[in-house]
Amino acid sequence: MANLLEFKNVSKVYSRGKVENVALDNLSFTLKEEEPTILTVAGESGSGKTTLAMLLLGFISATYGQILYKGKDIDTLRGNEKMSFRKEVQAVFQDPFAVFNPFYTVDHLLEVPIRRFKLSKSKKETRDKMAEALTAVGLQPDEIFGRFPHQLSGGQRQRINIARALVMRPKVLVADEPVSMVDASLRANILETLQVLQKDYGVSIIYITHDLTTAFHIANSIMVFYRGSVMEAGGVDEVIKTPQHPYTQLLVDSIPWPDLDRRWGQTDLVPSEDTVIGEGCKFSSRCPHAMEICKTRPGLFQLEPYQAASCYLYEEKPKLEGENLSSALPI
Amino acid sequence: MNPVLKVVDLEVSYYTDAGRAKALDRVNLELHAGEKLGLVGESGSGKSTMALAMMRMIKPPGRIEHGKVMVGDIDLMKLSEDEMLDARLSEIAYIPQGAMNSLNPVTRIGSQMTDAIKAHQPRMPKAQMKERAIHALESVELKPDVFRMYAHELSGGMKQRVCIAIGILLEPKVIIADEPTSALDVVTQRQVMETINNIQETIGAAIILIGHDMGLMAQSMDKVAVMYAGRLVEVSKVREMFTDPKHPYSQALIRSLPKLDVKGVFQGIPGLAPSLLRLPSGCHFHPRCQERMDHCDSVRPENQVLASGRRVTCHLYDEEAKEAKQVPA
Repeated sequence: MANLLEFKNVSKVYSRGKVENVALDNLSFTLKEEEPTILTVAGESGSGKTTLAMLLLGFISATYGQILYKGKDIDTLRGNEKMSFRKEVQAVFQDPFAVFNPFYTVDHLLEVPIRRFKLSKSKKETRDKMAEALTAVGLQPDEIFGRFPHQLSGGQRQRINIARALVMRPKVLVADEPVSMVDASLRANILETLQVLQKDYGVSIIYITHDLTTAFHIANSIMVFYRGSVMEAGGVDEVIKTPQHPYTQLLVDSIPWPDLDRRWGQTDLVPSEDTVIGEGCKFSSRCPHAMEICKTRPGLFQLEPYQAASCYLYEEKPKLEGENLSSALPI
Repeated sequence: MNPVLKVVDLEVSYYTDAGRAKALDRVNLELHAGEKLGLVGESGSGKSTMALAMMRMIKPPGRIEHGKVMVGDIDLMKLSEDEMLDARLSEIAYIPQGAMNSLNPVTRIGSQMTDAIKAHQPRMPKAQMKERAIHALESVELKPDVFRMYAHELSGGMKQRVCIAIGILLEPKVIIADEPTSALDVVTQRQVMETINNIQETIGAAIILIGHDMGLMAQSMDKVAVMYAGRLVEVSKVREMFTDPKHPYSQALIRSLPKLDVKGVFQGIPGLAPSLLRLPSGCHFHPRCQERMDHCDSVRPENQVLASGRRVTCHLYDEEAKEAKQVPA
């Protein structure tokens, strides 16, 4: 099976003088072309989520390792290959207000990519393509065409962004916090739209978020990051319902469920001191189970077929082969 | 017991070129000391306008049309500008949205805190001001060292807690916090909310938390007020709100919440929030309402008190409210 996207031991280091800041630490995973999935990348601010998105979109290049798209390093793509990469890997960003130019109608936003990538031969075809994409995201094309961004709600705008990505017939969609700035009542619609994209249009979605509730509902698999490293990965059911890594446990325990019988957990919160991260486990300074061995970096241990954690509590379990997460991620 | 905060018929309009937008439509609210109220609603429903109106901080083209905001025995609307300046922070404190990004980057946290005290009590000795600021920092679980630090040395959660510390410096009776945790991740969010709870226990202020995360409200508030198109459509105790919401909009809001047992089912609220310039007639929610009746598009529902003490603005409860009125509780 062909690999659509492959991360091979990718690291990103931002350095300032001698101070090195590892934003993403040795990440390997693959997405298969034939099996579209929704993969969640979760973590708090500064965990490397957005760095991952930037790398994947080719905005920045990896310090170590390789990112392969259809078997080719994305840094070396040129000409037509680069164009088709740009076309097939699309993004939806957090702020539905900032990406629109207030002087143009929303038609413009949808037209430009069609023109740039020469996706249609006539004006009518362009129009049809735009209408089709808008319908696919659950909007009425007649209500949208000719409108200015300020005439639309945040939820509508975010769906237009998804429609814009969809016009390009992407293979991968990077959604960086697509619902965090949208009202709770409209969130459901957008998440539903993303699900439709994956199921009906065969788009693989990388859903980047710090909100585990929405991740649980739309994603198949999840990777939990802490300071650039994967702490736990696996199926959403396994990871969110029975978290094993102490960090994931803390995260899941802190979700404010809208349920009165499910109170916030009683786990003690160890404040995150900005201590220098040494060689050891990055979470050890906040971990209630920290041991002597935690001073060396733990690998990923496979707990269940679809669950792996980077923690010495599970030392007796088999190590994940080649540290490639994909075997632990269900589709 | 007298309520510490009483909002009576508060009404705010914005005068725009396209006409007059009623952002707050005769809002009534009562809050007792030590109560925590969550104010929820979609964006544009008037949550922040309500907070600003209570602080008398509405700027033109907005105007407070009428209404009373009583904190204790003082009607804030009747105060002079100078008296109001004095009342802010000492009687009623407001922590605006994104407050943590408004800390001055070039002065130390400590001097920003003592500035606030100085504005209210210019004759207080310096040492005492410092002591008070450090005490406030400690009550939000920050180390006294923070007094000498700059904003960039603090994490997002710590900055947010500094803002809360500033808010409680003069031990106000009412604290309004506008989305204090929306930019924070879940763990930090929980820390900040626990801080707010602790302070509330120590100084006994009434707290209004503005937000749209119902989960957060369920976890830490006593009461929830739901706002829709400038009106308070329901005010209930948190348990009643989650188990038995009365207003059709609150019902839809509760239904739209993600649950852990049913996966992948989304229930949005159909339709869009109305524009404040062209509000639907009668009940503003009627075009989206599932239980709409004949007179909903012509007769405006009043905010009525049910026998259980809950306040609902909906015609479905007209009868119930009438009965409640006849038998005074």
